[in-house]
Amino acid sequence: MSLKREIGFVLNGVRTRATVPVEMSTLAMLREVVGLTGTKYACGEGECGACTIIVDGLSTCACLMFAVDCEDRTLTTIEGLARDPLGVKLEQAFVEFGAVQCGFCTPGMVVQARQWLEAHPHPSRDEIRRAIEGNLCRCTGYVKIVDAIAKVAREDA
Amino acid sequence: MAVEEYWAPVSLPAALEHLRGGDVTILAGGTDLMPQSHAGRVTFKRGLMNIRRVPGLHTIERDGDGVRIGALCTIGELLRDPLVQEHFGILAEACDHFASDQLRNAATIGGNVCNASPAGDTLVPLLVLDAEAELASKPNGSVETRGVPLAEFFVGPGKTVRAPNELLCAIRLPLPPAGFVGRFFKFGTRPALDIAAIAIGFGGVLSGNTLTGARVAFGAVAPVPMRAPRTEAAVEGAALDAAAIARIAAIARDEVRPIDDVRASAWYRRELVFNMTKRMLDDVAQA
Repeated sequence: MSLKREIGFVLNGVRTRATVPVEMSTLAMLREVVGLTGTKYACGEGECGACTIIVDGLSTCACLMFAVDCEDRTLTTIEGLARDPLGVKLEQAFVEFGAVQCGFCTPGMVVQARQWLEAHPHPSRDEIRRAIEGNLCRCTGYVKIVDAIAKVAREDA
Repeated sequence: MAVEEYWAPVSLPAALEHLRGGDVTILAGGTDLMPQSHAGRVTFKRGLMNIRRVPGLHTIERDGDGVRIGALCTIGELLRDPLVQEHFGILAEACDHFASDQLRNAATIGGNVCNASPAGDTLVPLLVLDAEAELASKPNGSVETRGVPLAEFFVGPGKTVRAPNELLCAIRLPLPPAGFVGRFFKFGTRPALDIAAIAIGFGGVLSGNTLTGARVAFGAVAPVPMRAPRTEAAVEGAALDAAAIARIAAIARDEVRPIDDVRASAWYRRELVFNMTKRMLDDVAQA
């Protein structure tokens, strides 16, 4: 029987409480305790970026973060970007450019691009590729993903 | 073993009090601890202590003739820090090669040091920069600290001289002398998210084509990230012409002690050390 802790945090703008085993990852908490399944589990080792979320303004892999470490922090997931102007633009650009094939990497890609564009509003294509170096896509070859992010960066510039 | 207690102390004495019994797993960024515990390579101890709220572990500041980097500083914070950029270019370079944006935002320098991987990305530059680990403990009711040169800190893969009741609070780096040049090289199969097959760092004061106060370190070629005293002695004061550079690179190839593993064979690692040491010294000699 695992030791559990009750923690409080802000999730997509909403004060949230959850009771979690102390060894649990933030990804498992989001998917299995809170019930938000937009953030994907793929490698579980921080290699693929499918579980990317934003914590206190910085992107991170939810699979590597201990859920208990969410205490008093501010989390944004792909669900939260549905109400975020830049997030919505990215989602629409991904659709427009066909940057989605199987779609499994897409939430992580969009969250990573969203966080990174805020800090780097005028990126070159190389900089965009660098920004998503921690996000694997096995379908698209990345060109359309970079196209989609570049379009949003241009429009926002 | 299941974790029986979880703590998130808000002062250093409180953290050290929890550590007194020693049976504690320390949590910082979690980027090594989470996958290692899932894979069964690390077993949780009785206590799990999250040190994020301990004050004084999260700053980078001038400290006498050096810089003190708090153990909780993330790789991304180091990369963007003006003091690190100005004085410790090879450390900033290693941080830039570190994993990915997501991991740089979470992984801490203290974690990279205490995880003690022979391939840890920051360890080779820290060795070249004569880093010292600041360890704190509270054996008899009051906080005591000791400094351990990083060259003596690692004793095996994942093993360090840190006692179970000690907390790594900071890494101290002396300011490099005037005229110091440093070089860092990490070889992997892709730029992002790669564990080094080998890493090389060196530094010294460049005058003409000679380096003095030479410091050389290698990663992923021995059970620990290592300083290379024989290679350093060969570099020291030598006129870096083609013959000398080839001789030094051959000494480096002999001095490392690599193994065969999934990333590279021992033979390949030795050849990489030879070729890349040569190339890097060529580059310095022409600077």
